[in-house]
Amino acid sequence: IYLSFSRKHEVDTLTKVHNRLIGTKGEARPSRCPDNSAFKQQKLPAWKPQLTIAAVLSCFFLTGVFCLSVGVCLIMSANSVREIQIDYSDKCSDCSKLRENSSNWNKECHCSINFMLKEDILGDVFMYYGLQNFYQNHRRYVISRSDAQLLGRNIQKSYCAPFTTYRNGTPMAPCGAIANSMFNDTIDLFYNLNSSVIQVPLLKTGNSWWTDKNVKFRNPKSYNLSSAFAGTARPPYWQKPVYLLDEEDERNNGYVNDDFIVWMRVSAFATFRNLYRRVRRIRQFADGLPAGNYTFHISYNFPVTKFKGRKHVILSTMVWSGGSNPFLGIAYVVSGTAATLTGFVITVIHLKGHQNTDLHFKNYDLIESLD
Amino acid sequence: CIKTSKYNIITFLPVNLFEQFQEVANTYFLFLLILQLIPQISSLSWFTTIVPLVLVLTITAVKDATDDYRQCCRLLPNSTVLSLCSLRQEQWMNVRVGDIIKLENNQFVAADLLLLSSSEPHGLCYIETAELDGETNMKVRQAIPVTSELGDTSKLARFDGEVICEPPNNKLDKFGGMLYWKENKYPLSNQNMLLRGCVLRNTEWCFGLVIFAGPDTKLMQNSGRTKFKRTSIDRLMNTLVLWIFGFLVCMGVILAIGNAIWEHEVGVCFQIYLPWDEGVHSAFFSGFLSFWSYIIILNTVVPISLYVSVEVIRLGHSYFINWDKKMYCAKRRTPAEARTTTLNEELGQVEYIFSDKTGTLTQNIMVFSKCSVNGHSYGECRAPGPEPVDFSFNPLADPRFQFWDPSLLEAVNLGDPHVHEFFRLLSLCHTVMSEEKSEGELYYKAQSPDEGALVTAARNFGFVFRSRTPKTITVHELGRAITYQLLAILDFNNIRKRMSVIVRSPEGKIRLYCKGADTILLERLHPINQDLTNVTTDHLNEYAGEGLRTLVLAYKDLEESYYEDWSERLHRAGSAPEAREDYLARLYDEVEHDMMLLGATAIEDKLQQGVPETIAILTLANIKIWVLTGDKQETAVNIGYSCKMLTDDMTEVFVVTGHTPGRDLGVPHWTGHRAQLWAMLPIVPLLSLQAHALEADMEVEFLETACACKAVICCRVTPLQKAQVVELVKKYKKAVTLAIGDGANDVSMIKTAHIGVGISGQEGIQAVLASDYSFSQFKFLQRLLLVHGRWSYLRMCKFLCYFFYKNFAFTMVHFWFGFFCGFSAQTVYDQYFITLYNIVYTSLPVLAMGVFDQDVPEQRSMEYPKLYEPGQLNLLFNKREFFICIAQGIYTSVLMFFIPYGVFADATRDDGAQLADYQSFAVTVATSLVIVVSVQIGLDTGFWTAINHFFIWGSLTAYFAILFAMHSDGLFQMFPNQFRFVGNAQNTLAQPTVWLTIALTTVVCIMPVVAFRFLKLDLKPELSDTVRECGLGSEYGIPTPDGMRFRGSLTLSPGDVPRCKRKEPKTSFFL
Repeated sequence: IYLSFSRKHEVDTLTKVHNRLIGTKGEARPSRCPDNSAFKQQKLPAWKPQLTIAAVLSCFFLTGVFCLSVGVCLIMSANSVREIQIDYSDKCSDCSKLRENSSNWNKECHCSINFMLKEDILGDVFMYYGLQNFYQNHRRYVISRSDAQLLGRNIQKSYCAPFTTYRNGTPMAPCGAIANSMFNDTIDLFYNLNSSVIQVPLLKTGNSWWTDKNVKFRNPKSYNLSSAFAGTARPPYWQKPVYLLDEEDERNNGYVNDDFIVWMRVSAFATFRNLYRRVRRIRQFADGLPAGNYTFHISYNFPVTKFKGRKHVILSTMVWSGGSNPFLGIAYVVSGTAATLTGFVITVIHLKGHQNTDLHFKNYDLIESLD
Repeated sequence: CIKTSKYNIITFLPVNLFEQFQEVANTYFLFLLILQLIPQISSLSWFTTIVPLVLVLTITAVKDATDDYRQCCRLLPNSTVLSLCSLRQEQWMNVRVGDIIKLENNQFVAADLLLLSSSEPHGLCYIETAELDGETNMKVRQAIPVTSELGDTSKLARFDGEVICEPPNNKLDKFGGMLYWKENKYPLSNQNMLLRGCVLRNTEWCFGLVIFAGPDTKLMQNSGRTKFKRTSIDRLMNTLVLWIFGFLVCMGVILAIGNAIWEHEVGVCFQIYLPWDEGVHSAFFSGFLSFWSYIIILNTVVPISLYVSVEVIRLGHSYFINWDKKMYCAKRRTPAEARTTTLNEELGQVEYIFSDKTGTLTQNIMVFSKCSVNGHSYGECRAPGPEPVDFSFNPLADPRFQFWDPSLLEAVNLGDPHVHEFFRLLSLCHTVMSEEKSEGELYYKAQSPDEGALVTAARNFGFVFRSRTPKTITVHELGRAITYQLLAILDFNNIRKRMSVIVRSPEGKIRLYCKGADTILLERLHPINQDLTNVTTDHLNEYAGEGLRTLVLAYKDLEESYYEDWSERLHRAGSAPEAREDYLARLYDEVEHDMMLLGATAIEDKLQQGVPETIAILTLANIKIWVLTGDKQETAVNIGYSCKMLTDDMTEVFVVTGHTPGRDLGVPHWTGHRAQLWAMLPIVPLLSLQAHALEADMEVEFLETACACKAVICCRVTPLQKAQVVELVKKYKKAVTLAIGDGANDVSMIKTAHIGVGISGQEGIQAVLASDYSFSQFKFLQRLLLVHGRWSYLRMCKFLCYFFYKNFAFTMVHFWFGFFCGFSAQTVYDQYFITLYNIVYTSLPVLAMGVFDQDVPEQRSMEYPKLYEPGQLNLLFNKREFFICIAQGIYTSVLMFFIPYGVFADATRDDGAQLADYQSFAVTVATSLVIVVSVQIGLDTGFWTAINHFFIWGSLTAYFAILFAMHSDGLFQMFPNQFRFVGNAQNTLAQPTVWLTIALTTVVCIMPVVAFRFLKLDLKPELSDTVRECGLGSEYGIPTPDGMRFRGSLTLSPGDVPRCKRKEPKTSFFL
């Protein structure tokens, strides 16, 4: 900068000398008068907003009204949501003990949980599994995936550390910590009507985002799935390879398996719920779940006790604002109330202040009339 | 080699980058970049840092390159270089030291040359040095005799002398060296030198030997001395950045500890799903790594784009100054110019102005107004005289010259010998050059305007200086052409304060004519002049009391023998190898003694237009104006009155005199009365305080006294003392100082003050070259400070507040998220959002505010000078304001994180699918952040021009456009691992819950700000708020013809605000 200053000076000097020289030769010098444009004279037309009492008060009261009404709507609709949440990490304590020892990985373990619906749950019913204390948002966890691989491409460079390949060099498919830790409990719902047990029909597709299912995940191209995944191995914690995730439905198998896709969309926090199944509305269940006794049959594979985690299974209905989450509604009501109250406070303060100012003005008038 | 450009195409990149990485900020970001390349701690992709860094580097590099290119483009005209008997054209940049160059008339000298020979006799050559020292007259340079005989090129080409001279330095008026040639040595002086920056005049051609070239030339050595000035905001900003850096480290440490604990308690158990990285064996080491990871993701609290944005804003403000039509002087065709682009906001904080008098407050157009000849004063009746004196008898008279006292002309016509001698002196004793374009049409080129005025006066009274050669002066004395032999010129300088000529009249008489400052000259008179001296002194005091500049004239007859002896000694001294100046000074001193007093002249220097008004307004704006002048006390006081610095109610003009050297005199003498000084007005003559006041223990005393006074005028100050006074105030008052001046003697002061303003006036451009801002009229100062300075300060402060706020709001979210993601340095946002947030989404609206914002219309700043006060008190951006901004940022970040957290805890989409995933959370937080900071900038922007609208709405649009583009299928198909957010925007932003979350966040973040701002406005309005409120109705206000009275009514008390709600016509002018 020091140098550039000295240069600037010098350039100016030289220019001026040149100007002078040119000038002496009688050539016309360009006018150095600045343009009279609004921009250059800083006279651009402009909107000059001001915090007037009217604007501020109307702003506060309108916001207050808006927030209150939105809050009330949200609370009302959230209240209309029916939700059943069952923590099965304790209820299946045998299984959870078994799973603590990883050498028992291939031993099956089942447990059943009974519950009773006192009323019908009408409308679409969604089944979630919930995990607690599972840090899906940990940085090293979040980055440990290869979207190129999940798009069915051959990958050269891996983003999947530390679950990229086996020691012998066989790549894992799908690779990465996220895929490896995929939730693999199987949950079935049974309706105990009289003495017969009816399995509630559940939809296992259509549970993921459309873009995920159709854009983000693709199986490698080959004449069949098992050949497409030839040369790869399942992740270490998986019981079966990726092309056997859903043997019944070709379009729900491999990387495009809905359960897999849902799992791969990592949650923002350590406590989360993922959509697992939807109740298919046919026969008895055309209007939802009728009241009565139900049983969850859980094939318990996913160990959580090691990291002091918990597992839930959740049945819930939906409204326009999603499931039952009272937070937003309450927050709206609180802020609406606060805005309205602030509006009143401001009014009071303004009126008080105004009286004083008026007095002030009167004082001035007095002084001036004396003059 | 003459090289003025710093780079060429090949060296540009490495050299420029090397320079840029010397800046701490850039190095810091380079360090971050290196950190990011370490996989274990890389919490962000490398491009999140490199994109902004490259952008910042590019902008700076482009600026540097254009600066440099402009330089290259202004290629100097080719020069003619003599080599081996033939002349050839060569570009200046190829000229080397030792080359012989041929210069032609009106050519610009681009290197320091030793004059070898010229077209004129005796190797003389005339130059104009206006660009060098500001003096507009022509000067003579002479080649040493041995080389001046080398007329033609063939001899010159064979010239093989050797010059040994002083090293390159910045002394423009001194040169010492020796030419060795043919086993002889010849001393060289400044008289033989043509310095870079001069222009050859009235000389057909000359040859010169290049002594110094490029940066070694005296001009470059001088200009390079400009110190790099920083504003107080700059310094504050640097401190704050350091604090922020400390804060960043603290956050890193907290999160690292958190990480160690988490890994120890939770992470260990979670290892089945997420084993530790290779090489990480303990929670402690993991915490250590996460410290660096967090330093990377939290680095945005130290904003990379801060410095470059500040530069851009200042550049904009500088352009507004350059473009201001109201600071354009039509007469001189000079617009105002911001020569430094880094000081603008400091213009809004000035507390002390140090002003030169001559040429700054006054026009520096000198008019011969009075004189005292032989104890008789002429020129008294001025105003009542109906007609100016008629000079038509004299065909050579200057028609522009006016004089009202006919008695002086009568005295000339009556042949009063004293009056004749008086004017003869004026026509002979000077260094003016004349130019006669056609018969009788004379033009004078004078070194100082005073000399010009005096010679012109003599010309009109019949003693016309016609022409000069180095040895003669031709004068038309009342129609008779007389040629005097010029025997010697005893130059003027600041120490001698006088000049003399020794001439031999045609009759053969040798006489010395001398003119100079009264203090010096009156001491050197012959004792028999005592009576006349007393009368003349009375006249001088009278003139000075009227604010006129005075000179005393004297003569002395010299004996032929004495002169010969003296001139012999002069000749010897002139060729003395060293201490030549001292010898000469002693000889001059000897001959200028026992002179006969002739009289005195008084020259009027008119005040510039608008000076009193400007001073009054600046005083109302609480700016203290000190006038520092080399003039006499009486002159200075008078100017003080005429420019309304001193008013009649300041009855007790308190003058500190310190003529007797000694501690107990002068200032300390009246310290006991300081309480009363508020009503008094001291004129502090610094001359006698030179040795004392500026000593360590006295300077505080001096400063305290001076600051207790309403107005301060320091007279008899030397250029160095001017700088010392400025330095004193800078040192003890911690106030922003501004120095304004026009002449070379103000340069030191201009360079010392925080802000230097140069008036481009009569005295050349040296002050302008040293200055930070320049214009041609003192009155523009009020506009520069009250309008441009005030706005710049306001804008810069608003900009900084918002800038820190937005970065804290942005970054702190990561900190809160750390507590929920196992302190793993997971970012909240998408990496592209992090990359683009500062450089795309939020940069332009705040830049637009920083460049265009206005709180009150410009004419209001002039009408209410009190509006200037917040800047002086540093109210708009200080540490307190900074903490408020930071607090607001942190508050925003808390809401920005915890509201979505509450919502997303177990949110689902309306079709039951996931919503609480990380990517949706990222998009929601990012969107609400962009919206909140956009609303906030909307609140901060007080002046919505079309550009502001465009940038604010454009930024929002750009955010959504880029968001959807980044989340599009196409990019994902190309780079699946880079664009993992595919489809996220369209899924997430289709959910009403998300929009309700964003809306709630916005409301909760913004409403408290609105409430606080309004209450502050309502209960404790600033003056600017009130003015703004009042100004709403009338856009451009009522013109105020009677500005002074109007403004005067606004000088009540500091708490006084204009009242605008009243309707009486009496006070309607407030509207």
